[in-house]
Formats: sequence, C-alpha cells, structure tokens
Amino acid sequence: MKNCEYQQIDPRALSASPLSAQNPAEKKVQRPRRKWEAFPGKNRFFCDGRLILARQNGVLPLTLGLIVVTSGLFFAFDCPFLVEHLTVCIPMIGGVLFLFVVASLLRTSFTDPGILPRATADEAADIERQIDTSGSSTYRPPPRTKEILINQQVVKLKYCFTCKMFRPPRTSHCSLCDNCVERFDHHCPWVGNCVGKRNYRYFYSFIISLSFLTSFIFGCVITHITLRSQAGKGIVQAIQESPARYPLYSLCFHTYLVASNLTTNEDIKGSWSGKRGAEESGNPYTYSNIITNCCVTLCGPMPPSLIDRRGFLPPDEAIPAAARLRSLPGPECPHVAVWLLAPPTLCVPLRQPPDLQFQSFD
Amino acid sequence: MRQQAAVAAKVFIQRDYSNGTMCQFQTKFPSELETKIDKQQFEETIRTLNNLYTEAEKLGSQSFVEGCLACLTAYAVFLCMETHYEKVLKRISKYIQEQNDKIYAPRGLLLTDPIERGLRVIEVTIYEDRSFSR
Repeated sequence: MKNCEYQQIDPRALSASPLSAQNPAEKKVQRPRRKWEAFPGKNRFFCDGRLILARQNGVLPLTLGLIVVTSGLFFAFDCPFLVEHLTVCIPMIGGVLFLFVVASLLRTSFTDPGILPRATADEAADIERQIDTSGSSTYRPPPRTKEILINQQVVKLKYCFTCKMFRPPRTSHCSLCDNCVERFDHHCPWVGNCVGKRNYRYFYSFIISLSFLTSFIFGCVITHITLRSQAGKGIVQAIQESPARYPLYSLCFHTYLVASNLTTNEDIKGSWSGKRGAEESGNPYTYSNIITNCCVTLCGPMPPSLIDRRGFLPPDEAIPAAARLRSLPGPECPHVAVWLLAPPTLCVPLRQPPDLQFQSFD
Repeated sequence: MRQQAAVAAKVFIQRDYSNGTMCQFQTKFPSELETKIDKQQFEETIRTLNNLYTEAEKLGSQSFVEGCLACLTAYAVFLCMETHYEKVLKRISKYIQEQNDKIYAPRGLLLTDPIERGLRVIEVTIYEDRSFSR
C-alpha cells in the first residue's frame, strides 16, 4: 500500500461561494447544465442524455454492419428466388426478425445497464468514519470488505475506491466504463456497453433473435442452393456446421444463466460453485425454480435508471465534489482522496443550503 | 419569521440485504436521532418505505404482463408507457414529501428521497435550531 502524505483540507473550501456573492450578470449567462454533462464515468451521451453508450464502444458499428449487410444480401438475392419458388412469408419473417434484432441491439447498447451513482462527499465521509474507529491521526487503511448475511448465507461486500461505497451484492465495477453496475454480467464489446440489471433482458432478446435470424437466413440460403442444384446436405447438418452455431452457443450459455439466476461474472468466478470446502454455498439469489428464475430475470419489473442523466445540476455545483477532488494534490492514492473528505471531527460542518428555510417556532 | 438553517449533521440509513437484493432499508434507529424524533415514528416511516419498495419490485401479474407486452413490441412500449416501478416511485416521493412536511421539518430534520442517492441510502439531514440561539 502506498504511503501517502495526509493533507488536511477545510471542508468549506469544497463548497462553492454563496449565491449572494455571485455576480448577477454571470448568473444570467450560466445555462442550467444537465447531470449527464458532469457524469464522472467513461460514457458517451446522445440526444441530450437520453441515450448512453460506453466510451469504449468496441465493435458495435461492426456488429450493426454485419447484421445489416448479411440481411441486406439475403433480401436482395435469396428472397426473390424463394418468394417465387416457395412462399411470400419468407421475407416477411426475415423482416420481422431483422427488425427485432436491430431493436434489441440498439436497446442493449443505448440503455443504462444499471449504473450506480457514486457516493456523495457526505456519504463517503460517513462510511470512512464508521470503519476507521481508531481515531489516530495517521491514515491506516481500513478493511475493505464487509460481511453480511443474505438468506442465511455469508456474502462479502467489497469497498469500491472509485465510487467510494460498499458495493451492493452482485454489483461489480467495470474498469472500461469506470462505473459500478448493478447485477453486472459482463462488458460486451459487440454491443459497446456493459450488460447489467437494466439491459440484460434486451441483451438476451438480442441473442435469441439473432440466433433465430442467422439460423433462418442460413436455412433459406441452403434451401436456395439446394433448390438450384438439387443436391447438398440436410438442413440440420448444414446448421451444425454453419456460422449460426456461434450465436446459438451464446444463447445456450445465457439460457443456462437465466434459468439458474446467475451472472456471467459469478459463473466465471465460481462464486456459488461450492469451492469453499464442506460449507454449503449455493446461490442465495436463486428461487430454486427454473420458471421463476426466468420470469424474474426477463419479465420482472423494469428498474429505473439511478443516474438521472437529464436532471439539472444545482446552479452552484457545476462541478461535482468528486471531480473537484481529482484536481487536488495526490490523486494517485485513493486513500488520501477519501481522507481529505473526512477531517477527524464527528460532525462534518457543511455549507448552508441557500434555498431551504425553516419557520421559527415562536 | 423564516430564517436559514445550518446543517448540523447527516445520518445515513443503509440498505438491508438480509433478504436478497430487493430494495429494503435498515429499520434500526440511529443514535443521533434519539433526541430529535420518536423511535416508533421513525421506524414506521422506514417500514412504510420498505413496503412501497417491495410493491414496486413485486413479481406480480402486472409486472409479468408488462414484461411480456414489452418483449412482444421489441420494448417499444417503454417509450410511451410509464412502468409500474416508476409509478410507485412517484408515490414514494409524495409520501416522503408528506412526511417531511408533517413530521420531520417541524423537528429540524429532512429526509432525502433515496432515488436521489441511487437507492443506496436514506439521507437524514439534521439542522441546527438557530432560532433558539438568540
């Protein structure tokens, strides 16, 4: 652990100057900023905060391109022949599947995956105060895990240095997006976003529909070739050897995850696979029923976005405290950053809220 | 007569994960509030909030129908319809405002809606009684 030099800071320096001191002319020029403009994670926003994407959006354009080009070639070359020789339903089914695939893909890519907003300065100070009970003046790194009981099973919660909070269960910090994501599954470069609590159902419907679309297109192509040449392998064998097997493999894997109420992250780490010797460590989140697990994951209530992208920033907090902290000396050591927030007093004196007033009691 | 109040302290009610990842808050009464508010009153507020969040996340027929309809329309239905969760969140905001107006503000306290803190904590702000300091 790096030995960081403690630098005390006046908490009042963290707050902006009172509104009364602000030049009235300057106030008029400042337009109200939305929260997405000051968002600390590595994300990109479109349509004034309505759409969110990872900054490292990987190969999303390639994914879209592949789907559009393949489907385009199918509609251009196979459909005319098959409509003539078989049925007009073929391009209709293909069209519906194509639209479903593209809609699911765009929905997965541009939806907030379940990002947890970072802890406010007060929250971080409160957590630090609770875990550092020694009261010594030198900074000693406190334990960064907390054990809790979930359905009579011990689960460890880890402290996130970046977001300054104990991560809720099943939450993981994505290093590519620099955000804590609830029920984190994985960061998918194909869709250019994390897959988490809020967009897992869209991701699943994307891979289901993509599997159907690729199987359908490949089936039609084989039929086309067969009809033209009156020779060739059977459909089943053709699909087994086709590129369609890759989305099908992915679909099978994620169907297994959905049925057992697991995330890719937990499955890879073997969190609930009973590696802890004799101790029974099953998944505490499963409902022990495949149908219920599927319903919960895919058809459960849609949780709201917690990051309030289109909310407005308060006029005197154009730069959030966390971002301001980065400009202070010693940003490499996160311990110093947190310690700076919590000077060794019990009550952290804060600035007066300018617009909150209480009636007197006389 | 109205006057500005200074923030004396903030208390954070953390999440209770003992029943899983559902949104529930701990009902333990914080020691900092002992002189400010009745324990029963406070616990009643937290219990009501917990019940409302349970209702929002309930796996009932309504959420199932909503989920299926959304799936069939390629999730386009979410663009024009408010989800059950969002409706309950509005009720929660209204409840918190009512509680603040009736119970907490007269005692120099303020509850912050947990949605403004990413459903991580219920922030209770304790204000100084400046009006008594004259």
